[in-house]
Amino acid sequence: MNNIFRKPIAFLSILSFILTSCIETIPPEALVFNKDTLANRQLQTRKFDTKSEKELLTAASGVLQDLGFNLDESAPGVGVLVGSKNRDATDSGQVVAAIALAVLFGSNMPIDKEQKIRASLITRPSEVGKGHLLRVTFQRIVWNTQGVVSKIEPINEPLIYQEFFEKLSKSVFLEAQKI
Amino acid sequence: MQNILNFKKLFLVLSIFFLASCETTSSRLFDTSTNKSAVELRSIQARAFDTKDQNKTLRTIIATLQDLSFVIDKADMELGSVSATKLDSSNQGFGSRGYALRMTVSARPVGNRTVIRANAQFNITPVVEPKPYQDFFVALEKAMFLTAHQVE
Repeated sequence: MNNIFRKPIAFLSILSFILTSCIETIPPEALVFNKDTLANRQLQTRKFDTKSEKELLTAASGVLQDLGFNLDESAPGVGVLVGSKNRDATDSGQVVAAIALAVLFGSNMPIDKEQKIRASLITRPSEVGKGHLLRVTFQRIVWNTQGVVSKIEPINEPLIYQEFFEKLSKSVFLEAQKI
Repeated sequence: MQNILNFKKLFLVLSIFFLASCETTSSRLFDTSTNKSAVELRSIQARAFDTKDQNKTLRTIIATLQDLSFVIDKADMELGSVSATKLDSSNQGFGSRGYALRMTVSARPVGNRTVIRANAQFNITPVVEPKPYQDFFVALEKAMFLTAHQVE
């Protein structure tokens, strides 16, 4: 008699263990500085010898608009500017792979279709000397052809940041010259 | 007679269904499943810093969040609050599409101190474990050059 009761309990215990182990929890490294922290800070930050923070923020919002971003949030009191844009996310490599799979196996592989790119642009007065520091960070969410989120990731390619700061330097110059 | 019995059964099933669904919405809204009282949550999520400079505190919070790979969503100087989202796909194993960690941090002056309160959600789950908040305040301490005190 005891055995009859023991089995379902054992089964339930195993089932609840499996179910609870499936629940995702916050990764232990999520809120800790890591080896890339300093490198990313350097990659994403530049110092500008601007007289006022507002001047720098105005120049930066101009660049975000040049790049097709729409402004979502601005809080000049703490040097915050946030923008986003929705764009195509089709990757030619994925398209070729999807066609190859369809031809070979007749399967319909979903491919990346759309993405939302977000940018936050933060300025603060430099602690050493004159001028202001500006740090920009990008991230993106990608949806595939089935409307399912396929990627959520930060954008950390050095070339993207270099190009962004080149454009910003020009814009800051133009803003300073009131052109 | 049979009809009445069937009706009773149906009524019972429906009422259980409605009661269960009400319970679920309410428990999700108030996060009762976390089994943490407001006092417990505050002791986990809030720390006091010996500064009265709210603007500098907010700017330091924003810089720390950026260091932790967050992208800022909103900031309000008047209320002293900042919200940010971290999207990450590293160390998530094969087939994972990454995670979204959303965090709101507020700074409120109390006497000669500023009380900083943070709350986070990991995808669709509230973060109530002490460890992530300890990590966050350790990172913030370094950036503020100040010690975080437990709020009484």
